[in-house]
Amino acid sequence: MRYLPHTDTEIMEMLAVSGHNQVEDLFAHIPEECRYQGEMELPEPLSEWALTDHFQNLAANIRSSSAKAVLLGAGSYSHHIPAIVPGLINRSEFLTAYTPYQAEMSQGTLQGIFEYQTLTARLLGMEVANASMYDGASALAEAILMALRLTRKKHTVAISAAIHPHYREVVRTYLQAGPFTIVELAVGEDGRTDFSALANIDDLAAVALQSPNFFGVIEDLERAAQTIHSADALFISCFSEPFAYGLFRSPGASGADIVCGEGQSFGMSRSFGGPGLGMFACRTKYQRSLPGRVVGETVDVEGKRGYVLTLATREQHIRREKATSNICSNQGLCALTAAAYMASLGGTGMRRIARLNYDKAAYLRKGLVEAGAKLLFRTPTFNEFVLCFDDDFEPVRNRLLEKGIVAGMELGNFYKEYKGAYLFCVTETTSKAVLDTVIKELRI
Amino acid sequence: MMPGPGRSGLILEEPLLWEKGKEGRTAFSMPEQDVPECSGEVDRELLGNGPDFPDLSEMDIVRHYTRLSTWNFGIDTGMYPLGSCTMKYNPKINEKMAATPGIAASHPLLADELSQGALQVMFELQTFLATLTGMDAVSLQPAAGAQGEMAGMLVFASYFRKKGEKRNKILIPDTAHGTNPASAALCGFKPVQVKSGADGILDPKIVAELMDEETVGIMLTNPNTLGLFEESIREITAIVHGKGGLVYGDGANMNAVMGLVDFKRCGIDIMHLNLHKTFSTPHGGGGPGAGPVCVVEELEPFLPVPRIVKGRDSYHLEVDCPDSIGRLHAFFGNFGVLVRAYSYILSMGAENLKKASQLAVLNANYVRESLRDVLHLAYDKPCMHECVFSDKKQQEHKISTLDMAKRLIDHGYHPPTIYFPLVVPGAIMIEPTETENKDDLDQFITVFKDVAREAREDGERLRQSPMHSKVRRLDETLAARSPCLTG
Repeated sequence: MRYLPHTDTEIMEMLAVSGHNQVEDLFAHIPEECRYQGEMELPEPLSEWALTDHFQNLAANIRSSSAKAVLLGAGSYSHHIPAIVPGLINRSEFLTAYTPYQAEMSQGTLQGIFEYQTLTARLLGMEVANASMYDGASALAEAILMALRLTRKKHTVAISAAIHPHYREVVRTYLQAGPFTIVELAVGEDGRTDFSALANIDDLAAVALQSPNFFGVIEDLERAAQTIHSADALFISCFSEPFAYGLFRSPGASGADIVCGEGQSFGMSRSFGGPGLGMFACRTKYQRSLPGRVVGETVDVEGKRGYVLTLATREQHIRREKATSNICSNQGLCALTAAAYMASLGGTGMRRIARLNYDKAAYLRKGLVEAGAKLLFRTPTFNEFVLCFDDDFEPVRNRLLEKGIVAGMELGNFYKEYKGAYLFCVTETTSKAVLDTVIKELRI
Repeated sequence: MMPGPGRSGLILEEPLLWEKGKEGRTAFSMPEQDVPECSGEVDRELLGNGPDFPDLSEMDIVRHYTRLSTWNFGIDTGMYPLGSCTMKYNPKINEKMAATPGIAASHPLLADELSQGALQVMFELQTFLATLTGMDAVSLQPAAGAQGEMAGMLVFASYFRKKGEKRNKILIPDTAHGTNPASAALCGFKPVQVKSGADGILDPKIVAELMDEETVGIMLTNPNTLGLFEESIREITAIVHGKGGLVYGDGANMNAVMGLVDFKRCGIDIMHLNLHKTFSTPHGGGGPGAGPVCVVEELEPFLPVPRIVKGRDSYHLEVDCPDSIGRLHAFFGNFGVLVRAYSYILSMGAENLKKASQLAVLNANYVRESLRDVLHLAYDKPCMHECVFSDKKQQEHKISTLDMAKRLIDHGYHPPTIYFPLVVPGAIMIEPTETENKDDLDQFITVFKDVAREAREDGERLRQSPMHSKVRRLDETLAARSPCLTG
């Protein structure tokens, strides 16, 4: 096997040094009753060629990937990935390194993550960001745990029902062992979070919103900040589509205390939902309560600028059971990818792509409404929106599927009250021709 | 002439991204504006200015990241004997497989019938991992080892809640990874430390004294972080089970025992694996990893949702699992990482995986035996896939583990794990992995011996090292005291 370099002669020479007669003797101290019985039953090894064939067959059996267009986001988006991004970030020196424990030989990763933290903070309108979390969902859960740590004696958090349903599930998983209460805030008729229930909560630690929310609707974050802060709670703003902040005001500029979400849009393929990127930012005054790793700037013995992992006393390897989080491995390479992606866009490019997303989504929305669909919510949206139909949309959707277009997702599995409504997404990757095909199909 | 591959070379300076660039440059291939512009219609109250990112050209970006990469060190650069991290070769073919267009482009929320190939990969990988560990059922959802631990601890909590038992303590050996107590605490358990015995492994008598009916069980790593097999594991698990408890196994060190140890037979009830260690997926300078959990049949109902189920001739997702701990990830975990591990197992097959473990253990024992004259051996007994030394011999020359580690950098090696496990003061934990050949090990051994010689004869050189790297020793105190986390 090409990954196993030992020749038989070398094995014998090495055994002679270690004082064993045969390889099996290295395991002599393992009790009989712990040993594996017989040989493992796994498929016979495949050559590179056979493996490639096998993967071609698997890929052919993922029909959605051969589609011309998937007009669905819901936390996983199709955006153009410049060739340079994977080309650079998959360089071996980045790809095959471990966590940068030895700073002197990890300055590439460390400066790259410092740049990621900086661009993330600028994007979200915040002061500091960490080196990443697993995904948008666990980032939100960790943000809520952080808020509960900061507010100490309070045990209730309110989360908007317009947050991605899976994110809310993950929050419940993370909080299930603690003495916490989760209150869900209803979705109003405008598709935005209804805050009226807040008044009845006594020990409110934090309120979490998503904007754009699961329906693509832009929440009024400034008003939300006022409402939440006057309830003496921390404001957590999350997202699944960070491109929105190329056009809409950032959560930080709107008054959020902690901002977190999913960064898959920034250079990661959808890859059946992972790996993505948990982005996490907060105000400087809360930086010592951050979960996860952070990179900081410092100097070396000669006074030269350099970067290290820092604020380690918050972390599991030092604080153990008193750590701010148990996270160790994060999504480092995805963070580096996002930084290279944001840098490739630049501020100018980011604004242009964000507007193009808005324009294209608006074109489809308008076209479908003119063809008879109805907007579920009239509030501004970014690149996702929800439509209802007088007649069953499923036959239209099936005809489009035959043409290689996945037209939206029915919401009944997530929200009973919106059964029959469909969530759509249009990004810069969808051509007008595809959008026209969808509109035309609805007219038939 | 230095004995290792390290030499000084030309280092190219590169500023921070925002210290270069000019407004109006771009590295992005802008798509056509083929629909009317209408963003002017947006409510002004909601609009922002967009982020303050530098505008850079494609060449700017390419040079920037290429230069940064040259300041890094990966397995592809050289030997990376970072104990407990299993830095083995990351096969290139696995990268290619994960990038297969149909796989990379798959959306996670479409109907099962549109995603059969992706579900097949996950179902088969679950089966492989069950076979490898001897366990009965697997969830691939945890995004890293620590999230696997958390899944395990939540399973513990759900199991006892269902039985109507109130237990709030958990036994964790002093050799545990830091994530273990942190994960247990996150799930509401109070860690109780179990001291390892004089021979570096757990003494069943001590476990018996601590285990009671207020304790959920024990969380242990086997082989442990000293690179030693817990030889009394069967007795220990029997003690814990006898008090109604459960046993969690941290499988970070699985690379020592593939096809050699059956964890179910050892009495483990639930364990996680680190696919970015044993199963060769690249660590990416911090992640993404994957930390699947494997359980015995009795605990299967508690695994995270969705479960991947094989029907007569198709795969589907099952979410209706009332005892499940719930969802851990927005979708299915780090699928791209799972694909690489799947590709690795298919490339290796059963015989080569077992051989990989045998050679990993052979390499560690070879290094252990070859360096024992110059470095103090923390526990003088045969090791598994890693060996732990300390700086006891060098302390008399006022040279620490850190000094030796930094000197190895100048010689062209990534240092071993240092100052862990905590039970060995000044620990030097070396895990060569099976993909290092004898010639390269011999060179590493020669270098380490030379470093030990320098420790005796030229200590100042060690204290000043590294000297050939992009930066020299960095002021970590300054970084922590006045944090500068963004530029």
